[in-house]
Amino acid sequence: MTSDRLRQLLPAFSLAVLLISVFYIQPRTMSYLGLNLLFNLAVPIALATIAQMLIIAVNDLDLSMGAFVSFVACVAATYLRDTPLLGVLILAGAIGVYALVGILIYVRNLPAIVVTLGMSFVWGGLAVLILPSPGGAAPDWARWLMKTKPPGIPMAIVASILIAGIAHFLVMRSSFGVVIRGVGGNERSVERAGWSILWVRAAAYASAGFFAVLAGILLVGLTTAADANIALRYTLLSIAGVILGGGEFTGGRVSPIGAVIGALTLTLAGSFLSFLRISSDWQIGAQGAILIIVLALRVLLNRSKQGAGD
Amino acid sequence: MNKFTLATLTLALSMGTTLATFPAFADTASKKIALSNNYAGNSWRQAMLTSWDKVTGAAVSSGVVAAADTFTTAENQATEQAAQIQNLILQGYDAIVINAASPTALNGAVKEACDAGIVVVSFDGIVTEPCAYRIAVDFAGMGKSQLDYLSEKIPDGGNLLELRGLAGVFVDDEISAGIHAGVAENPQFKIVGSVHGDWAQDVAQKAVAGILPSLPEIAAVVTQGGDGYGSAQAFAAAGRDVPLIIMGNRHDELLWWKEQKDATGYETMSVSIAPGVSTLAFWVAQQILDGATVPQDLTVPFLKITQDTLEESLETTQAGGVANVEYTLDDAKATIKSSM
Repeated sequence: MTSDRLRQLLPAFSLAVLLISVFYIQPRTMSYLGLNLLFNLAVPIALATIAQMLIIAVNDLDLSMGAFVSFVACVAATYLRDTPLLGVLILAGAIGVYALVGILIYVRNLPAIVVTLGMSFVWGGLAVLILPSPGGAAPDWARWLMKTKPPGIPMAIVASILIAGIAHFLVMRSSFGVVIRGVGGNERSVERAGWSILWVRAAAYASAGFFAVLAGILLVGLTTAADANIALRYTLLSIAGVILGGGEFTGGRVSPIGAVIGALTLTLAGSFLSFLRISSDWQIGAQGAILIIVLALRVLLNRSKQGAGD
Repeated sequence: MNKFTLATLTLALSMGTTLATFPAFADTASKKIALSNNYAGNSWRQAMLTSWDKVTGAAVSSGVVAAADTFTTAENQATEQAAQIQNLILQGYDAIVINAASPTALNGAVKEACDAGIVVVSFDGIVTEPCAYRIAVDFAGMGKSQLDYLSEKIPDGGNLLELRGLAGVFVDDEISAGIHAGVAENPQFKIVGSVHGDWAQDVAQKAVAGILPSLPEIAAVVTQGGDGYGSAQAFAAAGRDVPLIIMGNRHDELLWWKEQKDATGYETMSVSIAPGVSTLAFWVAQQILDGATVPQDLTVPFLKITQDTLEESLETTQAGGVANVEYTLDDAKATIKSSM
């Protein structure tokens, strides 16, 4: 019981330890501007992590996340700005394609990794077609959204809390979320309860597409312009964020609040290593080490829980 | 106190501008400059970092600036570099010199830096954010200079094989556009084949070997750098006469050229960007911090090696490296002046 609670608190605890270390090394970060600069690039990553989490909740993995967010960024910096209606149609169509991919994977019983890996080339190709050379411009409202300075709490923190709250409600509190996690946990029992697995999976993929679209738009709001390769790192970052935040690859065991915290932790880990002046040759290794430490702690807690439970 | 420093600063500035030859270093002695670099995985980038360390190390120890630290991102990704730049803002640097992963995707972070009063100078991989300074390379001019040379060397013209760089990178598009513009001006030349050598000798060799059997007689090979030696090997392996191949300042290319020159009197030219352009960016940043008026857009000259300067360049180029020049403060001032 206590170890289960501990396990849920672990992501928040890791984030707090990192944040205190960063404050200690670089006191300038302990300010409104500092917090915003530390975390604003984590906002689109948090959205992509929620999207990835919805796919992982139905026991699949999306390897096209980075390419898709890049594609959305390119659409946002071109069509969504110049011809908003067409832009919205394209993005709605893209969410539809996500639902179709979910259906295809289920109906043909294909491995999601292979299909989404294939889709990553489709999205990458479309992104290059839309924006052959880096450029475009963010829609003014997206720019405004990311530049806004709410009183007291920086935008990045407000946005993270909002994303975590909405995702928590959607996945943990609504019946839609229960069914999605049920499909990940025990597909047949959900089917026997009278739900169409096909539509549940399509809905899970579509909502993942929706969050990924938000990630792409907000990313462009931050960077002001797009690039066909802008978010390729998001594929691995989003998977790592879900796992770091307490999610499991199978069984529908995911945590939206944890996922957002995971995304923030990953972003902060990069800044932490940079402030420590660790050479770039070691940074990937050090980032990996932070991941391994957190996951090792979790395995330890799982063990102690099993020992106590049985 | 603040007013006083401001007054001395303005005084020193006006002195610096009136006495242009007098180095007004006092103003930047407390300034910290950071280099934000997106990639360090090839010989050109390694030489770029070495040049930076050499020139800025001397500048720091002689008190021109307080610090000139380098930061390279672990993965060549724009979002990672944007985060790195935001970290540099928090670390309190006065100027950030950037070789960017993307000309546009860093604009948000660059704007944050400008808003925080930080001078941003981009070079090689430049950023489009208007508040940043750009030291751009005239890649199109580099491509066109190859045709200028060829039209003099082979007035009768002939067939050309074009080697391109990494597909989808704007440098490749620019150089290629320059080459095609040169061909349009000199219609006696005709590009009969085009392959991607990815700026790497082994890739270039394979690509040229693949297309060679389908090609007529080739008068010259136009290149982008890092692909000349591989092309020569492919021609030799196919048993064909090695045509005039433009080189790209790499050590293996210069060495091969020297061997051919000694053996058969082979003639060509070599052109590329000196990795030491990072040091030019450093001095430009220092000048801006010093209060000099600098236009937002500067152009860096490319480094050309001719038949006469081959031996000299080969001697100063390290094995596995690229021919290089390091820039001085006076070079920076000259570049600024010529761009005004």
